[in-house]
This record gives sequence, structure tokens and C-alpha cells, in this order.
Amino acid sequence: MDVNIEILNRDIIKVNLKGEIDHHATLVIKEDVDNYIEKHKLIKILFNFKDVTFMDSSGVGMIIGRYRKLQKIGGRIGVVNITPKIKRIFQMSGLFTLVSCFNNEREAIDKL
Amino acid sequence: MTALNEMQLDFVSKSENESFARVVVAAFASQLDLTLDELADIKTAVSEAVTNSIIHGYEDTSGIIRISSKLYEDRIVITVQDWGKGIEDIEKARQPLWTSKPEQERSGMGFTIMEDFMDELRVESAPGEGTIVTMVKNINKGMDTAR
Repeated sequence: MDVNIEILNRDIIKVNLKGEIDHHATLVIKEDVDNYIEKHKLIKILFNFKDVTFMDSSGVGMIIGRYRKLQKIGGRIGVVNITPKIKRIFQMSGLFTLVSCFNNEREAIDKL
Repeated sequence: MTALNEMQLDFVSKSENESFARVVVAAFASQLDLTLDELADIKTAVSEAVTNSIIHGYEDTSGIIRISSKLYEDRIVITVQDWGKGIEDIEKARQPLWTSKPEQERSGMGFTIMEDFMDELRVESAPGEGTIVTMVKNINKGMDTAR
């Protein structure tokens, strides 16, 4: 799992995930994202799933965990470029009541 | 019906082995004429079962996880077994969104996903004795339009 984080605009970070998201991989993602948010004091995260080839329910737990952290300080989370399989796992988990799903990056910047 | 092929794999309950386990089962399952979608379902279900054994079965200890699988013309049967602490209330554990470890950011969706992505799910467990999860995926031959 590769995690690449960039600042999209003043208050959104984009987390580019690459590879397979399972319990093992989420341990790395959590640490990288939490450190970055802490350091840069940013409160909106856009997770980019473009290069994600696999995800199980550990990915849902990882996103809910980030949501709980950011929610307290008025932050928000969005996801972009998800496959139908990953979308199904998110839907089953009720994740879309907590995070927004965007069609592309531009829409995410406008609405997140 | 006799099985076309069988395999068994023992490995240590390290999180690094989650990807190893699902890749091995997917490679074995590929001997059947599966769609990419069916293969993805199997990988996800195996990943959920193995993760449960690592996080819940063995918690902070180390133990052996055993995957056995049998291929039939029309289905694949996969068993994931551990000798960890077992599940006290199986019915509760199978409920969507219920987790015994919310502090570890678990979603509580493991069994729900196994149930949804596979055609049959059986969970046998007793406290202190471990857990056996058996999953069956029926193969829809002739319906293969996904590739």
C-alpha cells in the first residue's frame, strides 16, 4: 500500500491510495493521515481510490475513525474514484451518511 | 460429489499474511472458470475471515490460522479456522455494524460482507476453543459475461 498526501487547496488534503486496503494496510494509512492532519492543521480529507485494487471492511473502519476525529473540530471527509465493489461495501456499512462521494476532484473541491 | 481439487494452508496470525492468504485462495480458485467479479468476492470474504482470526481470535497473541478449500464443478468451499479465544455470542457477532473492538476502528461489517459476497456462511465457535468459518460460493457457469 502506497499513501501519497497532497494539499489540494487551503483546507483540503487529498490522500492518494495505491494498492490493496486491508487491516494491515490501514495501520499505515491511519498513521500517515493523522500525522499530516496534525502537522498542517487541516480538517477536510478527500480519499482518492483511483489506484485501489482491493478493499475489505478494514477500509470502512479506517474512514469512520478519521471521520470521528475530524467531526469534533468541524471537519469533513469525501471519497472519489471508487469502484462498484468498494461502493457496495460503503453502502452496506452506511458510510455515505457520514462521508460524501464525489464524481471527480473538481466537484469535491467545490462541495466538500 | 467428489472434489476436483483440495488444498490446505497453515500460517501465523500476522497482519502481513492477510494479503498472502487471499492471494493463495484466489490462485487456487482460478482453476475453476470464475468471473473476475466472483474472484473479487472470494478474496474479500477470505480477507474478512482471516482478519477476524488475527484481531479477535488471537488478539495480541500469535497462533496458527488454517485455510482449507475444496473445488467442485459448481462451487468452491473455503474454511478458515483458528484456535483462538472463540466467539461468545455468534448471533450478536454476525449482526451488521456490531463490533467488540470499536476503539480499534473496526467497522463490524466482517460477517455481513462474508454473508453477502458468498452464497453460504456457517460459523462454529466456542469460548476458549476457537472458530471455524465455512463459506461456499456457487459458480454460475455459462453466465460468464464479465470478461
